[in-house]
Amino acid sequence: MSRYIAQRLVHLVPILIGISIITFLMLHLLPGDPVLIFAGDKPITAQHAAELRHQLGLDRPIWVQYASYVTKLAHGDLGVGLHSDRPVLDSILEAAPATAALTLTALAVAVVLGLGLGIIAALAHGTWLDTATMTLAILGVSMPVFYLSLLMIIFLSFDLGWFPATGQGGLAHLVMPATALGLVSSAVLARLVRSSMLGVLRQDYVLTATSKGLTRRVVVLRHALKNALIPVVTVLGLQLGSLLGGAVVTETIFSRAGLGRLAVDAILNRDYSLVQGTVLFSAIAYVIANLVVDVTYAAIDPRIRYE
Amino acid sequence: MSSDKTTIASERTVAQGAGDATARRRPATLVRRAGRSRSALVGGLFLLAIGLAVLLAPLISPYSPVTTNQRAPLAAPTAAHLMGTDRFGRDIFSRVLWGGRLSLLVGVVSVAIAATAGVTLGLLAGYHGRVTDTAIMRFVDVLLSFPSILLALAIIATLGSSLTNLMIAVGISAIPNYVRVTRGMVLSLKEREFVLAARVAGCPTYRIVTRHVLPNVASPLIVLTTLGTAGAIITGSTLSFLGLGIQPPTPEWGNMLADGREFLANAWWVAFFPGLAIMLSVFAINLLGDGLHDVLDPHIRL
Repeated sequence: MSRYIAQRLVHLVPILIGISIITFLMLHLLPGDPVLIFAGDKPITAQHAAELRHQLGLDRPIWVQYASYVTKLAHGDLGVGLHSDRPVLDSILEAAPATAALTLTALAVAVVLGLGLGIIAALAHGTWLDTATMTLAILGVSMPVFYLSLLMIIFLSFDLGWFPATGQGGLAHLVMPATALGLVSSAVLARLVRSSMLGVLRQDYVLTATSKGLTRRVVVLRHALKNALIPVVTVLGLQLGSLLGGAVVTETIFSRAGLGRLAVDAILNRDYSLVQGTVLFSAIAYVIANLVVDVTYAAIDPRIRYE
Repeated sequence: MSSDKTTIASERTVAQGAGDATARRRPATLVRRAGRSRSALVGGLFLLAIGLAVLLAPLISPYSPVTTNQRAPLAAPTAAHLMGTDRFGRDIFSRVLWGGRLSLLVGVVSVAIAATAGVTLGLLAGYHGRVTDTAIMRFVDVLLSFPSILLALAIIATLGSSLTNLMIAVGISAIPNYVRVTRGMVLSLKEREFVLAARVAGCPTYRIVTRHVLPNVASPLIVLTTLGTAGAIITGSTLSFLGLGIQPPTPEWGNMLADGREFLANAWWVAFFPGLAIMLSVFAINLLGDGLHDVLDPHIRL
């Protein structure tokens, strides 16, 4: 197992380098002179521009600039926000816990609902219940997070007054954004659980278990479900990515602080170092989350380690 | 000249030898096969209706999508305004029809960008192998390490927000799927007898790839592009919703929904109908994609 983890960590190195190159290039591919961008809206003289260029190191060869960027990253220095005028890392670390709470709660919603609906549909295969659940799942996959969020605000908040429409703090504020975010992923999971479960239920060992006289409950929960869950774990990592992306939307709609909102506001304010920082941070968080998922996967299914 | 003919002739024999597998799927056959799936049929017809309504917007929309009417701001849905009016008194039904043109266009064009780039890279990686494969797949791994909306956001932040940049951003963020599916298929196909036979017959590489390999990758790609269009419409309208895509006053479903956010408490229809339009279109496309998946390639996991 430790060899597998070591292998995965080595595999991570080129990816992290790739991420750093892309985020580094973001600032250099911007149309126009980066110096003018760093100067912001203030008018700037040619001499001042030259000084700023030297100060920012923009007059050095591009690979030297990249090396200095990576060295700074290694020291946790993501630069200073052009608009906010404070260290980018501080803004990010301040926003990250809220996003983590939102995405993890959404993931819990997705897993509970997805598993439940998927198992029900598989057990009721071919009946109206199966059709109904799967139609609901396609509807769920087709539902944009921002639309579902707005519908929830209209009905659950304004009409029924059950939950606060915006803001954060406490569980009540988390219910609607996490449900809106998690529902779409739950539809994806439900479809996968169903097809995986149907495949497993056809296996010989399930037949053996049934013919041994085990109850349906034991066969489904202990023999079938365990094996059906294996492919589901692999997509959890991918789902985390769409949840992180979806957080951009839910945070904006529900006026919650978080990484997603930080990124959108930074783009609208043309605060490029903050955009660069949040994109970098999210990508690294996502890569690490996927690593954890893969390691869990290998722990549950020994076949993976020996491939 | 004669050697050319021989090549083509032997290639044909090879293709025939492979039987069904290399036969090109003509559009008529595809439609007939899709017709066998109820979900593909319902989804397809539904999509056709939406597509026609949107295309015929100049003829069927009752009002201009941009003309304001200060006397009827935020009017509730009535016979005169089927979906009500927005804050400037503009007819929402007409704006939904016109807005659909852009939302659907973004979906289709960005998928075309993603599929063209992705399939080319996938063919190169799968067929050439070695360094080309490693380089392309590392690039794909890096692209995949960004959650797709964030990658699109980063691209928009760099290029600026406009219709073209929106399509490029959504397109690039969807490339990895196409590379992976194409490469996986090519890897298994290139060892098959009919490809080896074509190679022995002296068929040039580009011909093997375009005539023998590509047609066999078509089925999963048709499914992938269909489902991908649904995803691209959602990503595109999400970016416009966030103010980073198509800018008002040009109607687009995402930015119309954003416009309605302020009036959720007293004029729900402003946000409700554009959102419904996105959901129904994406639903129709997903139904079609699911049906095609069942009919064309039930074994492929996408």
